[in-house]
Amino acid sequence: MKVNDIIEKCGFKVLNLGESPDREISAPYCCDLLSIAMGKMPADSAWVTVMGNINTLAVATLADASCIILAEGSRLDEAALQKAKDQGITVLMTELPIFDAALKIYQGQHA
Amino acid sequence: MNNDTIVMSYVVPADDFTRAGEASSNVKGKLKKMGVPPEIVRKVAIAMYEGEINMVIHATGGTIDVTVSPEEILMVLKDQGPGIENIDLAMQAGYSTAPDNIRSLGFGAGMGLPNMKRYTDEMEIESKLGVGTTVTMKVKMV
Repeated sequence: MKVNDIIEKCGFKVLNLGESPDREISAPYCCDLLSIAMGKMPADSAWVTVMGNINTLAVATLADASCIILAEGSRLDEAALQKAKDQGITVLMTELPIFDAALKIYQGQHA
Repeated sequence: MNNDTIVMSYVVPADDFTRAGEASSNVKGKLKKMGVPPEIVRKVAIAMYEGEINMVIHATGGTIDVTVSPEEILMVLKDQGPGIENIDLAMQAGYSTAPDNIRSLGFGAGMGLPNMKRYTDEMEIESKLGVGTTVTMKVKMV
C-alpha cells in the first residue's frame, strides 16, 4: 500500500502532502517517545503518534518514515508544519486513537 | 562512490530544538547523493541525530566532524558540556538525566546512547566532568 492509498482508504485528513505520495508503506508503527521510535521504527513505516512538534519531523526524516499520522486529533505546531512543507514530508491526521488509526492502515494493507 | 575522503563539519547551536537535526539531515542528504547504500545512510543519520540532540539537551551545543572514506564513515562529536559522571550508567537503556521539559517533547527515554551504539559498528566515549565529552562513532561501509 502506498501513502496515497492511506489517504484514500483510511479517511485521514491531509495536513501536508509531501513530495512522494506514491511511496510504498512497509507497516504501521506506533510510538510517542522519539528516541524509541527513532531506534525501532522500520524504514518506510506509516508512523502513528500524538507528538506534533518539530522533532517529530526530524525523526521521521532520519528514520525514513513514509508518512506521519497524528492521532487523537493532534496537530502540528506552526514551526513543525513549516518544516513538513520545507522537507516534503506527508503528514496526516485523525481523531481516532493511535491503535485504531494503525489498525485502519493494517486493514487497508491486508484487505 | 569515488575513492576520495570527504570531511563535513558542523556546529550544533545551544538550546535550539528547532534546529537540532539539521546537521544530521544535511549529512543524510549528502551521503545519499554520494551513492552510499540506504541502510548505511539510515544508521549514520540515526546515530548522529541522537548525538546532536544530546548536545542540545545536556551540553551547550558543540561540533560534529564527519569523515567519509571508501571503508567507513567516522563521526566525531565534541562538546564543552558538563561531562558524563558514569558512562556505564549512561549507556544503560532507560537511564536518563534529561529534565521534564525535554521529556514533554518526546525525548528523555534514556535511549540516546544505546541507540548510538546499536546503529554504529564502533563507538567510544571520552568524558571529563566540567570539561566536556567527545563521542567517536564509526559505521563501516560493508
